Amino acid sequence: MPTYQIKVNGASRSVNVSEDTPLLWILRDHLDLVGAKYGCGIAQCGACTVHLDGQAVRSCVLTAAQVENKEITTIEGLSKDGSHPVQQAWKEVDVPQCGYCQAGQIMTAAAFLDKNPNPESQDIKSAMQGNLCRCASYSRIYKAVEKAASNMS
Amino acid sequence: MSTSKPTITFSRRDFMRTSSLASGGILIGFNLFTACKPEAKPPVDLASLNYNDFNAFIKIADNGAVTIFSPNPEIGQGVKTSMPMLIAEELDVAWDKVLVEQGVLDTNNYTRQVAGGSQSIRFGWEPLRQTGATARQMLVNAAASRWGVDPAECSTSEGVITNGAGETLGYGDVVKDAAGMEVPDKVKLKKKSEYKIIGKDTWNVDLDKIVTGQPLFGLDYKKEGMLIASVIRPPAFGQKLDSYDDSAAKQIEGVLDVVPFGDKIAVLAKDTWTAMKGKKALDVSWKNDSKLESTTDHDRILTGLLDGKEFQTLRADGDVKKAFAGADKVLERTYESPFLPHNCLEPMNFYADVRSDKIHLVGPIQTPERTAQEIAEKLGRNPDEIHLEMTRMGGGFGRRLYGDFALEAAEISHKAGKPVKVVFSREDDMAAGIYRPAIKYRIKAAVKDGKVTGYHLKEASVNSNMYGLIPNFFPAGAIENYQVDVAKHDSNITTGAWRAPYTNFLAFAEQSFFDELAEMMEVDKVQLRLDLLQKVKGTTDERIQYSPERMEEVIKTAVDKSGWGNQPDGVYQGFVNYYCHNSHVAEVANVEIEDGMPVVKKITCVVDCGIVVNPLGALNQIEGGVIDGVGHAMYGDFAFENGVPQSGNFDSYRLIRINEAPEVEVHLMENDFSPTGLGEPTLPPAGGAVANALKAATGKRLYKQPFIKYPELLTVPEKEIIG
Ligand code: FES
Ligand code: FES
Repeated sequence: MPTYQIKVNGASRSVNVSEDTPLLWILRDHLDLVGAKYGCGIAQCGACTVHLDGQAVRSCVLTAAQVENKEITTIEGLSKDGSHPVQQAWKEVDVPQCGYCQAGQIMTAAAFLDKNPNPESQDIKSAMQGNLCRCASYSRIYKAVEKAASNMS
Repeated sequence: MSTSKPTITFSRRDFMRTSSLASGGILIGFNLFTACKPEAKPPVDLASLNYNDFNAFIKIADNGAVTIFSPNPEIGQGVKTSMPMLIAEELDVAWDKVLVEQGVLDTNNYTRQVAGGSQSIRFGWEPLRQTGATARQMLVNAAASRWGVDPAECSTSEGVITNGAGETLGYGDVVKDAAGMEVPDKVKLKKKSEYKIIGKDTWNVDLDKIVTGQPLFGLDYKKEGMLIASVIRPPAFGQKLDSYDDSAAKQIEGVLDVVPFGDKIAVLAKDTWTAMKGKKALDVSWKNDSKLESTTDHDRILTGLLDGKEFQTLRADGDVKKAFAGADKVLERTYESPFLPHNCLEPMNFYADVRSDKIHLVGPIQTPERTAQEIAEKLGRNPDEIHLEMTRMGGGFGRRLYGDFALEAAEISHKAGKPVKVVFSREDDMAAGIYRPAIKYRIKAAVKDGKVTGYHLKEASVNSNMYGLIPNFFPAGAIENYQVDVAKHDSNITTGAWRAPYTNFLAFAEQSFFDELAEMMEVDKVQLRLDLLQKVKGTTDERIQYSPERMEEVIKTAVDKSGWGNQPDGVYQGFVNYYCHNSHVAEVANVEIEDGMPVVKKITCVVDCGIVVNPLGALNQIEGGVIDGVGHAMYGDFAFENGVPQSGNFDSYRLIRINEAPEVEVHLMENDFSPTGLGEPTLPPAGGAVANALKAATGKRLYKQPFIKYPELLTVPEKEIIG
């Protein structure tokens, strides 16, 4: 199996995986970073969202070769202690129900607000619509993104 | 008539034990599931009890720190927060000083049962508060005896005991003495006005871990030497394994073993991706074993059942036949729903390590006791050898009441002689479902002299019918001649409980029907419901489940809060009131026209669930339940073709998304009734409220779910678009 050098949360990691292994499973099974979740494996639910050079991407459909030489940030690396404004807002609003989708929601929201610090209501909804929440905690996801935006400005 | 039942009677001595800890402090153990059973019986032989018999604990350390071990499965309904709140309230400690941990479930003792569905808080309400109060009283007694005063003159606040002279002792100062005290048999519970924790917004206890991505869920669980198992199962309901060739799978680097068991085959690897790849490389042929059913068959069969005569009657008041014969007008309508998968966002998974001397199981399961028992039976083992730990669950919705995936893990581990975790792909999860059954309802009402004189509800369902309490929900008792009949078709497609079983669709059917009935009778839609309720007041019928007074209150509040009948042009409303899971709910949907299409903008939801333990958590449940209800009524569809599910992943199965979710405005009724269910009761009314509002907007009535499947019924008359 080939060896890949990937950079996750600021550290360079070397992994030995078949070339078709999705980044999601590299993170979860090989690097012990289980914050990114598996929900569909086909880029439909957003549970696996991580940042690639600051962009929110679906780690379930990216391979190691596609992410070499790029900066990967997972929820574990978004902040040291859960102090990122989006994480803070998520806590203030008490968003999670089962909690399974929330790491992906937070990663999507963080990348989005980074580029759109003052979003309109419709922008929030279109930015977040790729992330499913089976528990339908959508009212609070929306509120938390709004709150994070106002906390950041 | 019974509105708050059942009464729970037990003695604290029967289910509580205390002991000193070697590490200092005291441990108070109690058997929550026994205590929470409505028919709670003390264990027969008290002397033989040890701590393995208890599954919930309060630990008070020498420094006064309090830890509450919550034993209940957390599926996202918030009980890991709200149940410990009840203990902490009566223990009289500051909530922010309490540490809550998930208790390990050790299935050595089979007297337990899981308080499932929306019942955890309802059944836990009394015993959990009693437990906290008992522990508090023991601490007070210990302090009083040290001071040489009467315990009655002592008071507590936030973990500190104060006597009449104003001297104080912390809980930590007296825990050692308290451990030796007798468990008091009578304690006083606080009055509602004295609550400091119950009724206050309390944040989810796992919040920090969730937002930082720490391992919590079954899928995150890892153990040294564990292999991942990806399982291929018959692709169609009604098929069996014929033969297979695993040579290609075994060629894949990293595939360690291929293990056939029953009609399934597991591929084992160290990592998930390799196991999944190995499964795809299996070359399997299947053979037909029983009839391969299709959705068109179900449609025909269920209609046949409704047209037929073979029914079981669940409730019959008066004489519906006579009522119809003498009616001025009769309305009859049929409503249809598809199968639905649960689609928990965390797919099914379970860890098992089956050894010759013991069995270790870890994962997300709502029924640990039953599952462990099934595994013991399947493997011919003694249940005492099983140790089961529960993880947090990425959703349940009823799916994790069934332990099929845990059983698979145990069988594979047993055969392979290795610790394995079975991991379902999304496709596996949708195809190996325990679905909500497809159901049809036919409702017929008789009207005479402007009154509803007869009501006949027929259910045709797959595999099972509504449970026995449902025929006693509204409008039972309100209509003189009333009958509920059920019939079912036995299918090889596996079906089971799905969030708010039966009522999740029945509410839509009945409440759409009332709407149309009011139109036929040319009376106000809400008034019709209120008039019906009048007849139930003061009823002596013990079977009636709902309270007409509480129902009336939620209806009136919903009318007021939603601005019912008082909307600007272009806003169309639909009304629903419903009772299920011991709670009374009214919902009003607002639909507006955008780009020529009706859009659900808002749901006003009024809930009477008695005392609200944690309003912050309650609102989350309510909002989620409403949006889930709207989502599945609008989009949820699941068909079969020759036994094969026609949706496999979220590209072919539509779940509601944030841009489609309406605003939800919640109003909680304030009263002193004991708390009732919240995880489910707001879901069923949502579909009906939307359908009634869509009718108001489009002039067209929906009889089948999901609504999106009938685009011709979702168009707005020409004039509306122009106007
Ligand atoms: S798991 Fe990647 S989008 Fe669903
Ligand atoms: S909180 Fe359960 S899936 Fe979003």
